[in-house]
Amino acid sequence: MSKSTLVSTTVNGDAVEFACPTDESLMTALRDRVGLTGVKEGCGTGDCGACSISLDGRLVCSCIVLGVEAEGRSIETVEGLSQNGVLHPLQQNFIDHAALQCGICTPGFLIAAKALLDRNPNPDESEIRYALAGNLCRCTGYDKIVRAVQATAKDMRKKGRS
Amino acid sequence: MAHNNSYVDKKFNVVGTRFNRPDGIDKVTGKARYGADASAPGQLVGKVLRSPHAHAQILKINTSKAEKLQGVKSIITFEDLPDLTGADQGMADILENCMARGRALYDGHAVAAVAAIDEQTAAKALKLIEVKYKKLPHVTDVDEAMLPTAPIIHERIFTRGVEPKPTKPSNISSRTEMGNGDVDAGFAAADVIIEHSFKTEQTHQGYIEPHACLASVNPDGTAELWVTTQGHFVFRNVCAGLLGLDIAKLKVTSSEIGGGFGGKTHVWVEPVALALSRKANRPVKMVMSRDEVFRATGPTSSTSIDVKLGAKKNGEITAAVAELRYQGGAFPGNWAMLGCMTAFACYDIKNNKSIGWDVLVNRPKVAAYRAPSAPMAAFAVESAMDMLAKELRMKAIDLRLKNVAREGTLAPYGPTYGPIGIEATLKAVKAHPHMRAKLKPNQGRGVACGFWFNIGGQTSTDLNIGVDGTVNLAVGTVDVGGSRSSLAMIAAEELGIDYENVKANIADTTSLGHNDMTEGSRGTFSSGMATIYAAREAIEVLKQRAAKTWGIPLEDVSWEEGHAVATGKGHGNLPKLSLREIAAKSGRTGGPIAGHNEVTADGAGMGFASHICDVEVDPETGRSTIVRYTVVQDAGKAINPDYVEGQFQGGATQGIGWALNEEYIYGEDGRLQNPGFLDYRIPVCSDLPFIDTQILEIPNPNHPYGVRGVGETSIVPPLAAVGNAIANATGVRMGHAPMSPPRVLAALDALDAG
Ligand code: FES
Ligand code: FES
Repeated sequence: MSKSTLVSTTVNGDAVEFACPTDESLMTALRDRVGLTGVKEGCGTGDCGACSISLDGRLVCSCIVLGVEAEGRSIETVEGLSQNGVLHPLQQNFIDHAALQCGICTPGFLIAAKALLDRNPNPDESEIRYALAGNLCRCTGYDKIVRAVQATAKDMRKKGRS
Repeated sequence: MAHNNSYVDKKFNVVGTRFNRPDGIDKVTGKARYGADASAPGQLVGKVLRSPHAHAQILKINTSKAEKLQGVKSIITFEDLPDLTGADQGMADILENCMARGRALYDGHAVAAVAAIDEQTAAKALKLIEVKYKKLPHVTDVDEAMLPTAPIIHERIFTRGVEPKPTKPSNISSRTEMGNGDVDAGFAAADVIIEHSFKTEQTHQGYIEPHACLASVNPDGTAELWVTTQGHFVFRNVCAGLLGLDIAKLKVTSSEIGGGFGGKTHVWVEPVALALSRKANRPVKMVMSRDEVFRATGPTSSTSIDVKLGAKKNGEITAAVAELRYQGGAFPGNWAMLGCMTAFACYDIKNNKSIGWDVLVNRPKVAAYRAPSAPMAAFAVESAMDMLAKELRMKAIDLRLKNVAREGTLAPYGPTYGPIGIEATLKAVKAHPHMRAKLKPNQGRGVACGFWFNIGGQTSTDLNIGVDGTVNLAVGTVDVGGSRSSLAMIAAEELGIDYENVKANIADTTSLGHNDMTEGSRGTFSSGMATIYAAREAIEVLKQRAAKTWGIPLEDVSWEEGHAVATGKGHGNLPKLSLREIAAKSGRTGGPIAGHNEVTADGAGMGFASHICDVEVDPETGRSTIVRYTVVQDAGKAINPDYVEGQFQGGATQGIGWALNEEYIYGEDGRLQNPGFLDYRIPVCSDLPFIDTQILEIPNPNHPYGVRGVGETSIVPPLAAVGNAIANATGVRMGHAPMSPPRVLAALDALDAG
């Protein structure tokens, strides 16, 4: 067994510590040590986006970040999206627009779409498509995913105005 | 109990509306548990050592160094999976595919496996296993494998279906022939004949979730398996058979499944995980890497197909012949036969013949992939249809309509069609605004048709009514595309209650009778049928309880919109009883109320589709971009239109990926060169436009609601729709899929060179 290092982070707002070997990915650490299996593994090589998380506000594939790199940083995963029992508008719109089938890609898409809307509340279709191009979905053909993101952007803008 | 499954035209309350899926919340919050998301106390991590050679004799496997590594708990080779398959060659093939027996048959073939206390230790142990190989000549191309000089993959295989019976082994496992009429006479009567050869490359189902399972075997022979699968009952039977376990003692639970498309109908690591667990006496979790998924699971056949069509000047096709060669990887399959069955199924051609050759190569064992074998045949035939239309100076859609199959047409594979939807889809395409939209420079439009059967098969379903009137529906077909929602809708429809009051669950193998795979577009079709019958059985019980409560004869009770109603003379004063009221009293009227059904559903309907594709070809790079795409398909009856659309869009997108980019690339050394999502490129969001859909509903006469399977047909037309669009954009006919930028560019250069 390789030697483990203690890592102190903030995960979805809570202080979390875990110990992991220095060569272990943050994805594996989050899944196996912190218990956040909403972080999905589709490839382990940064090519599918299923493991997407937000690291200090930046969208990353957690499978190509080391667990030890999370030291002192703040992580957001799909498990932290809903607040006080209320789904995030993206989560609700993914359900309402049937934007998921098998759902294995969904956590990654939600995190990536949130990262887009956080920086651009009014993206056009092609901005949405390029922002989500790092996330693979094999079930939906992306049609309903793009529509769910468009609907969310609209809802959130309306709400922001009111 | 005999059931009448004839279609009855009626008004629906729940079916046909759009409801949110019951698994939605868990899937958007990260709570849904997939194959890799389970763990057990004391679990080990299992990993597989795979052959780096395309074809090699395994002279020696030395595990002694690995065994000594601290933390290694068990190591297995084929010796730990003794052959218990008896005379069942199909099972023997599955066993040999799970673990090489003396010979590695493809790059990625499993050779040994390790279970250790953690991932790092297991990986280290794999490196310590010494395998001595003797490389053997290999072949990976379907046409080359058929040559008499090709290295033989299995000495035991002699071509079936040829006379006289061959005396020498061959890589051709079987020849199939089917068709109707006299093709020679048909070609003699033709004014125009076209002939063309096509090739399609091997693609993978590309589910985002790798294969994963958690296995636990006890010394007393009881065992549990948590697994991502399209059919946990079948996995149970296969694994029990391979390991010598009793079927009843192996409990298989299906996890949420992160995509399958046919690829999760076959076992790979599951028997290995069980064997490792048995040897270590601890639970073993195995999760494949993406590299392993590509090298050792899935893919569909690569093919080589010749098509010849003859027609009169008026467009009547007088003869059609196809010769189809499909490789099934290192084990025999019947993939070419499926190609033969589907090739000309969209048309009414009096004289037709299809010859299929199933071929072995040194590649992974081919698995079903959504409408298996049909997309390649359709690529060839539907491309040839456009070529023929061009020769005849007819519109391609009119040529299709002139020869289209209808009710009463004798299908090339035998049966006579009942009511089918292909003509309706073509007419809908012809009338679609998409067909009149203006094209820009370098753009072209293509149309293509597709066909797929759907199957019925064995299904078992339980419906239990709680004392508060809410309903649990336990089904045994894995939910791959939203079937839990559709089945809950069907139960609600039958019982006359709200959708919200029905909860559908996938039951484990100890809780229900056998269920076949969710494949062949059967999930909603066959479980839907079983759900209808289970609900009707429960309604009978509900009526009995009402009759008892009222003290009137059963004949005087009917079931209307969720209520028992007293209908006989003199009962007019009895207020109707709701399902909830009857359920509340069930403890006093005879106990729990339930309905069950075990059925081998038959009467599955044929699924037909026509697609329209607009493509823009960059003449500088050869890159083709889909600018508009429309799917028109007959669903029989769309239970939940959102999910039907989702199936259409997802299937079309997989077909587009196959048409434009996806392919297995093998090197000279017979090793797969692109086993990852970076180099095996599936369509991403920015590659595509919105995929428009139009659902037609031509009821299947053999289903109470008229349902046809909808899951697969949509992958069939895209290859040819894209190819036809490229031909119309550029004037070059692409005979080789995927029509990737280098191939299109080479074809454009050849055209320029004249
Ligand atoms: S698992 Fe991290 S990108 Fe695929
Ligand atoms: S919903 Fe299955 S991969 Fe996206």
